[in-house]
Amino acid sequence: MSKTTTKGGCPQSPEEFPLKTGAEIVVDTLIEQGVDTMFGYLGGVVLPLFDKLYDAPINFIIPRHEQGGCHMADGYARATGKVGVIIATSGPGACNLITGIANAMMDSVPMVALTGQVRTDLIGNDAFQEADTTGITRPITKHNMIVKDVKDLQPAIREAFYIAKTGRPGPVLIDIPVDVSLAKCRETPLTGISLPGYKLQQSGHSRQIKIAAATINKSEKPVLYVGGGVITANASEELRTFAKKANLPVTMTLMALGAYDQTQAESLDMLGMHGSAYANYAVQESDLLIAVGARFDDRVTGKLKTFAPNAKIIHIDIDPSSISKNVHVDIPVVGDAKFILAELTKEIEYRPRKDWFDKIAEWKSKYPFKYDTASANIKPQYVIEQIWEATKDNAIIVTGVGQHQMWTAQFYKQTKPRHFITSGGLGTMGFGLPAAIGAQVACPDALVIDIDGDSSFNMTMNELCTAVQYELPIKVCILNNGYMGMVRQWQELFYGKRYSKSSLRNPEFAAVAEAFGAVGITVDKKNDVKTAIAKMLAEKRPCLVDFRVEREENVWPMVPTGKSLHEMDGLSIFESMS
Amino acid sequence: MKHIISALVQNKPGVLAHVAGMFAARAFNIDSLAVGRTDDPALSRMTIVVLGDDKVVEQVRKQLAKIIDVVKIQDFSGAEVVARDLMLLCVHTPPEKRPEVLALIEMFKAKVVDIGQKTIMVEATGPEEKIEALIEACKPYGIKNMARTGTVAMAKFSKNAPADNQ
Repeated sequence: MSKTTTKGGCPQSPEEFPLKTGAEIVVDTLIEQGVDTMFGYLGGVVLPLFDKLYDAPINFIIPRHEQGGCHMADGYARATGKVGVIIATSGPGACNLITGIANAMMDSVPMVALTGQVRTDLIGNDAFQEADTTGITRPITKHNMIVKDVKDLQPAIREAFYIAKTGRPGPVLIDIPVDVSLAKCRETPLTGISLPGYKLQQSGHSRQIKIAAATINKSEKPVLYVGGGVITANASEELRTFAKKANLPVTMTLMALGAYDQTQAESLDMLGMHGSAYANYAVQESDLLIAVGARFDDRVTGKLKTFAPNAKIIHIDIDPSSISKNVHVDIPVVGDAKFILAELTKEIEYRPRKDWFDKIAEWKSKYPFKYDTASANIKPQYVIEQIWEATKDNAIIVTGVGQHQMWTAQFYKQTKPRHFITSGGLGTMGFGLPAAIGAQVACPDALVIDIDGDSSFNMTMNELCTAVQYELPIKVCILNNGYMGMVRQWQELFYGKRYSKSSLRNPEFAAVAEAFGAVGITVDKKNDVKTAIAKMLAEKRPCLVDFRVEREENVWPMVPTGKSLHEMDGLSIFESMS
Repeated sequence: MKHIISALVQNKPGVLAHVAGMFAARAFNIDSLAVGRTDDPALSRMTIVVLGDDKVVEQVRKQLAKIIDVVKIQDFSGAEVVARDLMLLCVHTPPEKRPEVLALIEMFKAKVVDIGQKTIMVEATGPEEKIEALIEACKPYGIKNMARTGTVAMAKFSKNAPADNQ
């Protein structure tokens, strides 16, 4: 065995690789994969892993609950584009990850989740803290596996990172029984990953790109419909160049806000159920819809049968299964948005489309997002406008789920990608605070603001503790209306104002914040809003502001479920305000 | 409409559950699913008969392709294939009916594999229509028990070779 020589310190044969425990292999492979930050919670079967993490060069954040940790890894991944890493113990630890993993899956967030498992000889015996983690997470992960032999551990972790971050990203879970963490084997050399069932289509079909370009060049009333995939693909620059060169109006999904600069004239802002009237009208009247990294979600399309009835559809997406899933696509282009947009830009010609832009300008002037600015009460939209005025391009905005999320999407104009972090597909209340913590961990010098609802915040507020412990200066702005606001709005509109169980008694949030060691401010007068925001922004510690907003404000416009995109409610309310 | 899809999958634990779970989660309709080893010990072959229109089957193909452990998919829709079912059928056969039933079995080129005092067990293979016809023919005597494999299929070496996906 001594025949092999060591060149430059690199082992040349497997025998030269040092013998390591599974736990050592896990930690060393994480470092090899570039992990410098991770989140996780301890438990019996992951103790060997945590022992190796004791002196590893990894910034480790312990949440107060595994769900919080999972959302932190998610927020970290969205803010950076890097893989978020979360570790949890078997049974309850793994089960507490479920919401976070499903959330990452729906929004295509790269994540690797490591879970401990009971000893291999106990699996299936209903052992203490045993759950069938791979069985439970199979439908909500891009891929998962249980490693029963320590020899398979290192390749599994490498595969997990590769799968999580390539193609349409998503969460990958590896379940590691405790005896595998303790068993010893030699490291395996870093070789190419062999996944015969995982083929990536990156470049897009050149003929399809030419057809798409020709179709765009001919169109008189096109709309560029941008989804979160553009942010995931880091294709924001390419998108902007493409849209400018072709002269296209741009609308974005909730997930895509910031992919295009919303302060630009071509921006139609968000489309869909609570999107702008001008975006929805433009989509419905368009002769060509160019969807990029979007998936025609029901919250975007409204009634499918009457969605963009006169439009041809070009669909650029890296996931072939997204093509023609909900709507018939005329020109599919499968591949990486970054590459395809750059290729398209080469083929595209400028076209003035004056009539179309005039019409859009008319809609924009007639139906801007509105609220009653004259009201003496604190309107939630007013608070968001004031936060926008005070922070503009400088903040990473994170939200929970509900009315406050929609108002933030409407009234906080995003100018840069990865600066708006929100739970889109799964609609996970409680996402805001932990995701903001994850974003702050990722970007220590950034201003991170969680604009949250009272009910959303209630779900994961224990993580304020985590922010205080790690001295993360996040800001939390609660638009407190004392309701599950969006639920209440639906009950008002569709259930005859029977506010069944949608009102909860809240704690004094400011006092809670103080008890956790953060700064707490309560605002119940409109005149105090600006000063409170200024005070919050000057604060170096985690700071929470509880804005007591108008209780029964609604989000307008609204396309009721089952209605076409142009059948928006609330526009008459807009008109009555002017 | 029935479509036959053949999937080559990694021979790993959990793959069958993944495929079956995906069908359930996405509300696709499986008519039958047959799994068996291939000449390569690392791979298994799943033959899935799906009910649905072309749009549904396209989604089925794409969603299958998305599963990392699914290596290759063939959609046999419109292709020339050999498709076969295997069935074991236990027919109620009192002694006086025995000649009749045996003749029937002979007619279908099926095989008698077990004879009891009042029953006959038949093994039949063939296209689904033949199997269905045999079942219909045996029904009047009383079917005691039945087990079927579901369809397995392979493309003929003809011009109409199936489209490869992935």
